[in-house]
Amino acid sequence: MEEQKVTTQEWKFTAKDIALKPEGFLPGHRACAGCGPANVLRMVMKATRGPTIVTEATGCMEVVSSIYPYTSWSYPWLHTAFETAAANASGIEAALKVLTKKGKVKQEHIDIIAFAGDGGTYDIGLQALSGAVERGHDFLFILYDNEGYMNTGIQRSGGTPLGAATTTTPAGSVMPGKMQNKKPITDIMVAHDLEYVATATPYYWKDMLQKVRKGLEVEGPAFLHIFAPCPRGWRSEPAKTMEYTKLAVESCVFPVYEVVKGKYELSTPSKLIQLAPQKKIPITEYLKGQGRYRHLFTPQHQHVVDTLQRLTDERWAKLQKKVEQTA
Amino acid sequence: MKKNNLNQETTQELMALNGDEAIAYAVKQCDVDVVAAYPITPQTIIVEKYSEYVANGEVQTEYVCTESEHSAMAACIASSATGARTFTASASAGLALMHEMLFVASGCRTPIVMAVANRALSAPLNINGDQSDSMAQRDAGWIHLYVENAQEAYDTIMQAFRIAEHLDVQLPVIVGLDGFIVSHTLENVDVLSDESVKNFVGERVLPNVLTHEGKTVPFKLDPDNPMTMGPVAMPNYYFEFKRQQEEAMKNALTVIQQVHDEYAKLSGRSYGNALIEEYKLDDAEVATICVGSAAGTVKDVIDELRAEGVKAGLLRLRTFRPFPAQEVQKALENVKAVAVMDKSMSFGGNGGAVFHEVRHAMYDSKSHPFVVDYIYGLGGRDTSPKDFKKVYSDLHLIAHNKRMDKLVNYVGLRE
Amino acid sequence: MSSKEKGWREISIAGVSPKSSVGFMTGDWKTYMPIRDLEKCTKCVMCVLYCPEGAIRWRPDLGKIEFDYNFCKGCGICANECPTKAITMKLPEPTEGE
Repeated sequence: MEEQKVTTQEWKFTAKDIALKPEGFLPGHRACAGCGPANVLRMVMKATRGPTIVTEATGCMEVVSSIYPYTSWSYPWLHTAFETAAANASGIEAALKVLTKKGKVKQEHIDIIAFAGDGGTYDIGLQALSGAVERGHDFLFILYDNEGYMNTGIQRSGGTPLGAATTTTPAGSVMPGKMQNKKPITDIMVAHDLEYVATATPYYWKDMLQKVRKGLEVEGPAFLHIFAPCPRGWRSEPAKTMEYTKLAVESCVFPVYEVVKGKYELSTPSKLIQLAPQKKIPITEYLKGQGRYRHLFTPQHQHVVDTLQRLTDERWAKLQKKVEQTA
Repeated sequence: MKKNNLNQETTQELMALNGDEAIAYAVKQCDVDVVAAYPITPQTIIVEKYSEYVANGEVQTEYVCTESEHSAMAACIASSATGARTFTASASAGLALMHEMLFVASGCRTPIVMAVANRALSAPLNINGDQSDSMAQRDAGWIHLYVENAQEAYDTIMQAFRIAEHLDVQLPVIVGLDGFIVSHTLENVDVLSDESVKNFVGERVLPNVLTHEGKTVPFKLDPDNPMTMGPVAMPNYYFEFKRQQEEAMKNALTVIQQVHDEYAKLSGRSYGNALIEEYKLDDAEVATICVGSAAGTVKDVIDELRAEGVKAGLLRLRTFRPFPAQEVQKALENVKAVAVMDKSMSFGGNGGAVFHEVRHAMYDSKSHPFVVDYIYGLGGRDTSPKDFKKVYSDLHLIAHNKRMDKLVNYVGLRE
Repeated sequence: MSSKEKGWREISIAGVSPKSSVGFMTGDWKTYMPIRDLEKCTKCVMCVLYCPEGAIRWRPDLGKIEFDYNFCKGCGICANECPTKAITMKLPEPTEGE
């Protein structure tokens, strides 16, 4: 691996530069066709700035990339369990710190990235994540959010949105899919007073990679929430994976922003919508075509769409207010 | 048991330490890189004491105060996988919370050393000593060593690192000490010099593995030699990795003895053959098998019984995993009746964990002694010399009548 | 169990992976394959970036974009995202690719 310790300012993010960066997440992995998280991981690994150790929670991406005797990781990589990505990062960081002091690590600095899906972040991994960031370990936690337990067969998680049908919140004759709204995980992480928290989607790849780089540059814990559609779980067209990550931003279902030392700032794609609110698309533009929301387009469940629109607008307004308040 | 073959060049200092403190002191001398732990009674003194060493700059250790035992074990696995010598300590509910990760630690072949201050499991909640916690983890792929007193706790920690990190082993080790009875009882402990321990324990050596880059390199997370650790293994490979672990356990039987003998030369202290310790067992007709501190009481009882002409003996099981079946079988060859003292229950299992192992080991013995189980001391219930005398008198009757009425008995339990 | 799979004595401990997944072809998963119209392609490399597989590569030395059908699973993201609509998803034909 080439040694390169440069800052964001020095790193030129042209598409062709990125295209040429060596792959950290290699072809031959067994993710489904059109997998959002697979693209996210592949792209994220192109934003590394030098020696890096990766640790990952149990989940889709862990499984598809490490089926023995094959590995899709060209970086050192460790998996232990579902809820342990952040705890693993703590252990790696502690070990590197002391081994460096004792002269047993050659590299000047080694970055640590912990990947987890929404299950490993919102739910079972939240305690370990909260603990690790409270302790201040220097690592970047990346949540690839496909809004459900897709690896085990599309069950609901704390990251599944209101109204989405999953195998544990099926759309029935009485219940319109999941009855609760998505947990505001990013706010929870901001509340930990992290130096760097951000959201991103792979459609805006440049924005996403810059955020990865910033997260790595922070000394201490950083959190990056990346929206990553699952065509299998969302019952959506594999070809439209990237399109949904654009529509999610345009509908303000998933605004992209950064919180640097508590200061909120909208990233360009969301900023443009703030500046030109007429560009904000109705939520139905985002929902339609996703099989998990199909049942909502019936007279019986129309009210859920209305509620989702209201909740989305409220969260968007709240976010803009935070930007204003922390300016 | 002390032997007087002390190496003349080894100077030792006498310190007043309880079992927990003795462990913290030993860990301090072992040049441990990372400690990741969560406090739980009766283990707390270990982590408190070690925190003092860290706070006073007496050790070069990163101490990670995790938010749970589950994360403590995860952090230990990751730290060990990064090449660091790693220690933790737990007990009871904490160990139970680690359960999932204990299998990951052994499966990932991370040579972590963990002290377990043995304590009862809830419910009802009970903070006192019994061995339910670690016995419940007996199939998690860890080596289990149980100590009798603070001195042995101290001595066993450094042996544990040598055993765990041995290239033929590469398995995590639990050092079990009885909660409160050993963990909190002040004793005279002979400690070696920092230098002697440093030389004995040495630097951690890593086994070589073949990576996807086609390189054979030391087993650790290293950006220069990337490797994938903790992958998915399907039915076509999973079984092979489990078989490797079993082989490592078998190897451990030899390594535990080698390391113990080497330490005995250095310190002048030995504990039977490291796997089992016999006390007046040579000509014994009746014997008990103990794990941990109860052995101390039983030795006194045996001395009294011997004075009365009873041929009583003791087998203390120091190593429970890997189980030294051959050694146990051989040691009990000439005994007529054996009582296994179990400080834990295996509900519905017709006896405790130790009983199952011993009875299983004795199935192939030529002499076929009676093997009977005695559950004792649960939740910290005191077991007195009188209780043990009763066990020996039961054994005497069994041997004499050549009949065993009850397979499982309870010591000091109100009916 | 196939005989080429190794025994427990022959493999490294702890499941350290001995092979890279670039030896595991996923190309036969696909039904449709992306076919490019080289006239329309501006070599903007968006397809390279959006591919979940890393199956599309930018080759500046050759001045062209290469599709690796050994790995392409035929998801169609590249076709959907191509700004000039230079990629179409087609059923494989005997003379495929470029």
